[in-house]
Amino acid sequence: MIDVDIAGTQVRALNQRLHALPKDTNERAWRVLNPMGAHSIAAGLTQPIEVRVEGHVGYYCAGMNKEATVVVEGHCGWGFGENIMSGLVRVTGNASQAVGASGHGGMVIVDGDAGARCAIGLKGADIVVGGSVGHFSAFMAQAGSLVVLGDAGDNLGDSLYEARLYVRGSVASLGADCVEKKMTPHHLQKLERILAKAGMTADPKSFRRYGSARKLYNFHADHADAY
Amino acid sequence: MTVDPRNLRPSASFTPHHIAEIHRAADEGIYEIRGFGAKRRMPTFDDLVLLGASVSRYPLEGYRETCGTNVVIGGRFAKKPIEIKIPITIAGMSFGALGVNVKEAIGKACTAMGTSSTTGDGGMCEEERQASKLLVYQVLPSRYGLNPDDLRRADAIEVVIGQGAKPGGGGMLLGQKISPRIAKMRTLPEGIDQRSASRHPDWTGPDDLTIKIEELREITDWEKPIYVKVGATRTYYDTQLAVKAGADAIVLDGMQGGTGATQDVFIENVGIPTLPALRLAVQALQELDMHRKVQLIISGGIRTGADVAKALAMGADAVSIGTSALIALGCNKPVHLEDYEALGTAPGYCHHCHTGRCPVGVTTQDPKLQERLTADHGARLLRNYLSVMTLELQTMARACGKNHVLNLEPEDLVALTVEAAAMAGVPLAGTNWIPGRGTY
Repeated sequence: MIDVDIAGTQVRALNQRLHALPKDTNERAWRVLNPMGAHSIAAGLTQPIEVRVEGHVGYYCAGMNKEATVVVEGHCGWGFGENIMSGLVRVTGNASQAVGASGHGGMVIVDGDAGARCAIGLKGADIVVGGSVGHFSAFMAQAGSLVVLGDAGDNLGDSLYEARLYVRGSVASLGADCVEKKMTPHHLQKLERILAKAGMTADPKSFRRYGSARKLYNFHADHADAY
Repeated sequence: MTVDPRNLRPSASFTPHHIAEIHRAADEGIYEIRGFGAKRRMPTFDDLVLLGASVSRYPLEGYRETCGTNVVIGGRFAKKPIEIKIPITIAGMSFGALGVNVKEAIGKACTAMGTSSTTGDGGMCEEERQASKLLVYQVLPSRYGLNPDDLRRADAIEVVIGQGAKPGGGGMLLGQKISPRIAKMRTLPEGIDQRSASRHPDWTGPDDLTIKIEELREITDWEKPIYVKVGATRTYYDTQLAVKAGADAIVLDGMQGGTGATQDVFIENVGIPTLPALRLAVQALQELDMHRKVQLIISGGIRTGADVAKALAMGADAVSIGTSALIALGCNKPVHLEDYEALGTAPGYCHHCHTGRCPVGVTTQDPKLQERLTADHGARLLRNYLSVMTLELQTMARACGKNHVLNLEPEDLVALTVEAAAMAGVPLAGTNWIPGRGTY
């Protein structure tokens, strides 16, 4: 385990060290101390290393992650794991807005609650939230999954494309073109795999599934009142 | 009863175009979507003229004395600023709106001329990356195809907040242009009308933008110049806020800027022309003591080397062209007339980029139409055009006595109309009057 105390220093020095690691590095376990809410901690990682951040982080922690595992033991600001490509990022506390925004692959886990626009513009990643998510979550989500063990705020899945949404608790309201869909054995299996990978204990059968009605995929005069 | 043509009084408010558009709207129930840029009359660089040298100052010899054209962009924060050999770059246009033949042609032409091309919504097209020595990678609200590998493969990064044809509006790419490759790059089903978001998913406002730019710098190890592109509206404030947010360069797109598909009402009625936008941006930079430190790239209706010269004289560091580059590649050329007719238009009037049926193979994903413009031929056409623009620019600069095009200055300009004088902040020709300055 390599400790990096970033109190009194800059995130730049940490990220530079992490970015410079060769593909076959033996320095695979890192611990970041005193993050003090700094932004962009562990952003842009490309190697299958593990980074544990002890404390709260600011915006864009683990942004555009590839391959790495990043765990934040605390809370995080906007855009946690934004545009993630692969790997796994987790925050043990609560997350602010736009968790996993436009994520293409890999997994983002929030053990607590997530703010508004969680999984916005999702493009293939799986987002798992142990608590509840705020309004307009999965807005324009294109692919991948959002799994919410708690409740969802207003306008869930507004302007949704092909992403799959699973919510165990209540949904305040569904957004334009988002509808509840039948939970099939295929979806139950997929949800079970996602929950297991995220280390979440929940019965897949206790979730409801939401997806796109696909009525707004092409412009049509009669759709104007949908907005 | 015979009609006396003298009694056929046309309405100035309800012109034939407006009448036809109301009929169309009533029939179809949806707004008109089209490509190209604003077609309305507005003050432009045509309303300015340069003051060539005479007794009070001397000119440089054309085709003999050196007149430099290179510009360095990104020296404020980037470890690796880029140097373009000519101050004319190619604007971001999506792979989707344009075919791969055009993206490759643009890349080759830019490489030959030592300037940069720009990606666009939908991600980085491999053919364009291979063809372009200097490629600017756009980070757009849609984030289609955005990935850290391409960020690092880029030579500069452009955070797009808006464009001149539709500041405040998102993008659209109609289903007829969504080929399997385009759909895959954007992670969306084939054939749907793709809507690009109007604002970024993970930040709002200038303070967030500061943090977003820092993140992009972190991911790319502070190597790449980072541009911020805005559509021209509240330009003075937008420019100052972009500088405060940490931009290396500002890309400012006036309302003449083009689009692949946008509502006609948006194109014609939102934003301000390039001329006043440029003056406001320069003023904003000067007040921050950032003029020439944060580079200003202006776009929207640039057509000739004279336009470039006037833009540089007003304070721009470079220009960016989109529509005129496509015209150089054959847009609106009077060939394949039957295909224009099938679209209900004619050469010189065509704005049907959104249909995907471009008669000259420029804004299409149809392989048969793309055969009408090979990448190599397109590269030759665009290279010729860029070369002519540069020669024109140097001609203007030498006539004003400048040994580098960036030495052109506002004092080299006067305006032919009161409106242009006010918007550009240069005197009305033959006077020392700049409307809005002083007491009247």
